[in-house]
Formats: sequence, structure tokens, C-alpha cells
Amino acid sequence: MIQVVCIKQVADTETRVKVGSDGRSLDPAGVTWILNPYDEFAVEQALRVKEKAGAGEVIAISLGGAGVQTTLRSALALGADRGIHLKHEGPAPDSLAVARALAEAIRPLDANLIWLGKQAVDDDAAQVGPMLATLLDLPCVTVVAAFELAEALATVEREIEGGREVVEVALPAVLTTDKGLNEPRYASLKGIMAAKKKPIEERPAVPGEPNLEVTALALPPPRAAGRIVGEGTAAVPELVRLLREEARVI
Amino acid sequence: MSVLVFIEQREGRVRPVSREALGEATRIAAALGGPVIGVCAAAADPGLAALGEAGAERVLLAQHERFAAYDADGYTAAIEAAARAVQPGVLLFAASAMGKDLAPRVAARLGVGLASDCTAVETVGGALTATRPVYAGKARQQVRFPRTPALLSLRPKIFAATSKPGASATVEPLEVALPPAPRARVVRHAVAPGAKLDLTESEIIVSGGRGLKGPENFPIVEELAEALGATVGASRAVVDAGWRPHHDQVGQTGKTVSPKLYVAVGISGAIQHLAGMSSSRCIVAINKDPDAPIFKVADYGLVGDLFEVVPALTAEIRKLNVHA
Repeated sequence: MIQVVCIKQVADTETRVKVGSDGRSLDPAGVTWILNPYDEFAVEQALRVKEKAGAGEVIAISLGGAGVQTTLRSALALGADRGIHLKHEGPAPDSLAVARALAEAIRPLDANLIWLGKQAVDDDAAQVGPMLATLLDLPCVTVVAAFELAEALATVEREIEGGREVVEVALPAVLTTDKGLNEPRYASLKGIMAAKKKPIEERPAVPGEPNLEVTALALPPPRAAGRIVGEGTAAVPELVRLLREEARVI
Repeated sequence: MSVLVFIEQREGRVRPVSREALGEATRIAAALGGPVIGVCAAAADPGLAALGEAGAERVLLAQHERFAAYDADGYTAAIEAAARAVQPGVLLFAASAMGKDLAPRVAARLGVGLASDCTAVETVGGALTATRPVYAGKARQQVRFPRTPALLSLRPKIFAATSKPGASATVEPLEVALPPAPRARVVRHAVAPGAKLDLTESEIIVSGGRGLKGPENFPIVEELAEALGATVGASRAVVDAGWRPHHDQVGQTGKTVSPKLYVAVGISGAIQHLAGMSSSRCIVAINKDPDAPIFKVADYGLVGDLFEVVPALTAEIRKLNVHA
């Protein structure tokens, strides 16, 4: 069983966003970079599948500048066997360009399962997984919150508005992971030491012409200052009056 | 240039988010000077002619028994076929569970970019630009489309539906070369859709946080939600603690919401939470700590013990409901 996990390095969710000097991207000064939180569930599930099978290979792949090697190492420390770094400096290409670069790198690997987080918490696009599947002509289930594997058939659950779908998908397949799928492990000291010796193959990524252009990044307008209506239960009637007569929301 | 809109149906009913998308499509089409055309995949016509009132001139219907359940491969083929036949300037989806799943596949098939979860669309001199929140709403991006069609998915509850009373859409069959069998097959629903209104589609949300001290106290929040006709949400802290399921989580690594009223109960207001709810129209915060960051974004703050204040608020709302 060969599994590929596509991971992305993103700004920590604690980050206070500042717009960079180009007016189009995040100012990287002072930003802590982390493995995209949704990708943690992808890495974890791939490792669980491998552990249950008792054999196989988990390959972590990431596109980005030199810094993403830290994130690749963190996936190797968790238990991935090797890494592929698609080198690309500068602002991230659009989702289709990323999916094309990933497809090219993943196609020869003959993977049974390809995992991604359901979205990256920076651009919140939620596109690369289903795009990659389409380019590879593989079935894809997005936003997976439960996973069972029997032979070459996976049974997964995905959240839809107010409900949950149970989907059967034959391998090979692309799955994108949601929070709730599993409880990701922490890297052990032994894992961190072992990761230093695991190979990361470097290749240039050539994203081609943009398919979507970001022209500006801006902060949302600040909310008008609110007010404290009062303290304790005594303020409740006034709050209700304001909600009805001023805000007109109830 | 025409605007093509994917019409989403579940259980034989067109979903309201598609009417919102048709509403925005009519505004874009007016600026670009072209018709609004819908495309729908279904086992039977879900009453598409009535979408004339929502702005559609005609609707292409790919009808097949396998479309009784959601079929990503088949739906993608249908939308691609419609796009190749109509050659639209713009192709719109709702950024719903289905739309988010489908739009990237269609984009990859057509070889064009996609702007997901847009909250505003502008046309200037025939060129489209879209605004979309990033970093869960901490910032917003402006994007433009170097290729045609421009693909966009629209965030629910942002765009207004239009109303053209008496108008009727022409329904035309759409021939689709379907892939042999769905490779990913919806076999059943673990929870029936519509069992609970989704947070992203709710008008009013009441969210609870760590101030509730334990899952056994969530009925306080649930009762207020019931009185308001609201959906219950939660902060990351209480989801991570296992008090509430993940699909209740509001904020970065949860859901980004913009209801008309958001009531935060016992939530201090971590930056990830604020990102996910700051675009709500009206925010009420109830917290015992007057310095909690949640009060910085709240229109109305109430400082106090939530175990006293929230039941009092629920009682007050119930009084209103009786009189209404």
C-alpha cells in the first residue's frame, strides 16, 4: 500500500494578519509557520492505515520555498517514510497550478490513497484535493470525518448541511480530511531523531501561467465600537429592547 | 456573455443557496449583457420552471436515476457538458457542501481557476473581480480571472435572491456522456440532511464556550437557542474538550459564519473564534470578565454570570414569543 499525503505550511492560526508591502500577500515578519491543522488529520490517517496493514509506504509531499522542509520533517517525525519537496519561492501559486504540479509528481508513484486536509487555513480555498483527483482521473471524497477500509473499498462519512453522508469509494482514491476524523499523535523524540535521516527529494515546481490572480489583500473594516449594556440580570430587559428596536434582529 | 448557475437539489427540492446564486447571476448578467442559464442534475425535475421567478431564463436538466443521490463524477460531467454547450462568461456555484465539492472538479476539467467562498462580486468594464475572505475572515482577498469562464462559488447567506413574479424558466434536457458507474457512491445518510440547520445557513446562532464549565450545562445555551429559533454553536475549546461535536465549532478550523444575530455565551474571544464570527450583523456577548476580547467585537455586551443572565434572557425572549 502506497499512500501520499499532500501537506502545506501555513501561518499559525494565532497570527494577526498584516498585509505585506506588495499589497497582495501576508507580511511574513514575525509569523510562526505550522503544518496546516487539517493536514494533521491526513498524516495521522495515512499512518494508521499503514500501521494496520503492517506494511507500506507513506510519502509526504509539499510545495513551497525552502522553509517547507521544516514542515516535511515534522511529517517524517510523525512517521512518514520519505518526503518530496516541490520547490517554489514567492507567493503560493493558485490552486489549479498547485494541483497540476502535485499531479505530475504523484502520478508515477502509483499511490493507493492520496490524502490532503480539506482546506488550508490560509487561503481557505478547499480546491487542491478535488482538482488533483480530477487531473489524476481518480475518485475523490472531500471533508472526510470517518474512515474504514476493507480490502480496496473505503467507507467514509462526510458532513453535509445538517447531516452526514456515508460514501463508498474504491481505491485508488483521493480523500480530504476534516477535524474529528482522528486524534493526531505528537511526534516522539525517537521519531524526531529518525526524521533527520529520512530522505527528502527536491524538485523544482513549474506552476505555469496563473489561473486566478490575487490583486489585493486587505483587512476587513473594523466593527463599529459596541457598548456594554449593563451588568447581571437587571440589564436583560434593556438588551432585549435594543435587539428588537435598535438592531431589529429578533 | 451568459452566466451559468449550478442548481443544487437534494431530495427533489432546489436548495435556497441556488436561488441566492441565481440572484447574483442576474446582477452579473445585467452588467455583462447576457442570459442567466441554470444547470441541474437530478433523478426527476425538481420544479425547475419555477426558477424563472428566481431569475433563470432557461435550465438545462441532466436527468438520470443515479442522480437520486449525490454523484460527484456524474454531476461534474453534467456541469462540464453544460459549460461546453453554453460557453458562459461566468459559472456560479453555491459554496455549500455540494458546491465546494464540485466546483474544483469542474475547474480542473475546464482548465480554469476558481474563486471559492466569495462574499462580493463586481463587474467593471466587462471584467469580473471577486472578494473572498481568507485566514477565516481575518483578511479578504481581491481576485480576478485571466481565463473564461470565471468560476466562483458564493458563500451562503450573503447574496440576495431576486424575485420576478410570474416568470417561468424553459427546462431543456441536457445530454451527458456519463462515466460508467459512480466511483464514489453515497450509500446512505448517517444523519438525515436537514435534521439540524447548518451553522453556515442559520439566521441566528447561540454559541457556548468554556464559561459553561461543562457539557452538562449546555442546555442553558440550547434553551436560549430554542427560544430564538437559533442554531447552537461552540468555541474550539469546548469542541476540543469533547463537549460538543466538531461540526458545531465556529472559527478558524471550524466554520466561518455571518448570521444576522450571533450570541456568544461564556466565550472569551480567542483570535481564531473572532475570525470566524466577526462578519455577523449583530453580535451579543455575555461574559463575566469585562476585559474579555469578545466585548471588542460585540455590538451589545452584558457583563455577568451566564448561569443567571442566560436563563433570564431566555425567559424574556419567551415572553416576547407568547405576545407575538
